[in-house]
Amino acid sequence: MSLEFLPDAIEGIYFVTILLFIVALKRMSSPATARSGIVAAGAAMLVAAVATVFTPGLSSGNFLWMAVAVLVGGSLAWIAAKRVKMTDMPQMVAIYNGLGGGAAAAVAAVELVIHADALAYLSLAVAGAIIGSVTFTGSLVAFLKLQGWMRQRPIVYAGQQVTNMVVLSLAAIFGVLLLAFPGLAGSVPALASVGFLPWVFLWALLFGFLVALPIGGADMPVVISLFNAMTGVAVAFDGLSLQNDAMIIAGTLVGAAGSLLTLLMAKAMNRSVSNVLFGAFGAVEETGTQMAGSLKPIEASDVAVMMAYAGKVIIAPGYGMAVAQAQHKVKELMDVLEQKGVTVKFAIHPVAGRMPGHMNVLLAEAGVPYDRLFDRDEINPEFASADVVLVIGANDTVNPAARRAGSPLQGMPILDVDQAKNVIVLKRGQGKGFAGVENDLFYKDNTRMLYGDAQETVTKLVQELKKL
Amino acid sequence: MTLTVFWTDVFIIMLAAFTGYEVISRVPVLLHTPLMSGSNFVHGIILVGAMVALGSATNLPEQILGFIAVVLAAANVTGGYAVTERILEMFDRTKGPGGKGNVPKGGH
Repeated sequence: MSLEFLPDAIEGIYFVTILLFIVALKRMSSPATARSGIVAAGAAMLVAAVATVFTPGLSSGNFLWMAVAVLVGGSLAWIAAKRVKMTDMPQMVAIYNGLGGGAAAAVAAVELVIHADALAYLSLAVAGAIIGSVTFTGSLVAFLKLQGWMRQRPIVYAGQQVTNMVVLSLAAIFGVLLLAFPGLAGSVPALASVGFLPWVFLWALLFGFLVALPIGGADMPVVISLFNAMTGVAVAFDGLSLQNDAMIIAGTLVGAAGSLLTLLMAKAMNRSVSNVLFGAFGAVEETGTQMAGSLKPIEASDVAVMMAYAGKVIIAPGYGMAVAQAQHKVKELMDVLEQKGVTVKFAIHPVAGRMPGHMNVLLAEAGVPYDRLFDRDEINPEFASADVVLVIGANDTVNPAARRAGSPLQGMPILDVDQAKNVIVLKRGQGKGFAGVENDLFYKDNTRMLYGDAQETVTKLVQELKKL
Repeated sequence: MTLTVFWTDVFIIMLAAFTGYEVISRVPVLLHTPLMSGSNFVHGIILVGAMVALGSATNLPEQILGFIAVVLAAANVTGGYAVTERILEMFDRTKGPGGKGNVPKGGH
């Protein structure tokens, strides 16, 4: 049987794959259609993978290993993704992105060995190898930091930027050497002869590790998004090297969409991407600012009375609500207050939680109607007319220090909660926010601190309110 | 790589880059995280390259590298899909614990 039609058939399936990917991304950028988007992308991936098995020239002796590899990698990642808590999702995105980067680097390595004589393919593979390696280790560091297995605060030392640049240059130099003397790496078996190839990877892997060290936990979403875009670019380079259109286009799509997303995220924090990468935000403690006033604790029963007789209550949630899984209780609180005729609104800071949209997702899960959620620009003029603002586990996003020159938070747009008549801060303890900056808000005259686990505290509030 | 192939690729990349940019340019903040996760899944297409790399491997070092590539790529694909699914599941009000059918409105 003639199999001449196979390359065209595979190309046709790749065409459908790309079409579905584009439709998927489009659908994922609107709330009502988002879920159908990922299903479309999943279907596209499945047909592409199945079609690839029929690629002419693959040796059937490797098929068993291919199946084993897909099963091992695929099932482990699937189980892990299904088991983790919702609050741990950001680091899961980081780790899976890192694995994709690692795969891109490994594919490039194979390409470098096989195509050892064709300069054009080799140089493309070198680019894919370096970028893939950087995102691999960089994303792993991001994962470790968010998971709390590594210090979240920025790790800085003298000459850090210079060191990083030297390491990156070394990766590039060995890449160029590899291109100039391909025979050294290309002789089979390639890895047995110590050529320049391993050095390209080693230096690139080291650079990815080093470049993520000075980035603090609060900035991680932006950096994960950047690494995500970079993996896309690495995949595109690999695609060029392999002359695989599906990889070229899908990689470029992610590279472009991911870059835009990175810029949008950085913009929401009023920071530039370079400031995120090199700013070591939160590494230096602000010194010399003595807080005026003191922390004034309050009891849940008093807060309940205060809210019951309020006209308008605004709730500003943060990461603390996510950690305590308090969103369902918060919804209950909203219902009780509304029964008493109190207007309840939610103030959602774009970067509240660990990821943009984090709060919206959790509140949507709890059944809070979408039209009660207001973003920063919509709600800020309303704080002055609010009787009570309930800050639930938010810290940096409500810190008025952002308005003060010299503060590490300076310039970050915040929720102006301090303008409300009463501010109640629900907080686990007296610790600082993710950025490690003292919060001026807590010391204001109109602020009261309600200590304890957010879920328990809100439950108490609901009980007290029902008694009234 | 011939010049024709080179220029075709350049055109493809330019158009794909604009498409990627345009397609998500009006995304609400609400969807930043799921979209990042979704695009993380899309670059799992590296699986296709990994399968070709392992499939065309002819000696042990190539096979080892190819095997690693397929394991990592498959993890990117299934993990990326599951995470995105779980995040977006929360928008599906018919299944969620608060299920009262208040589907988040689109049209930003």
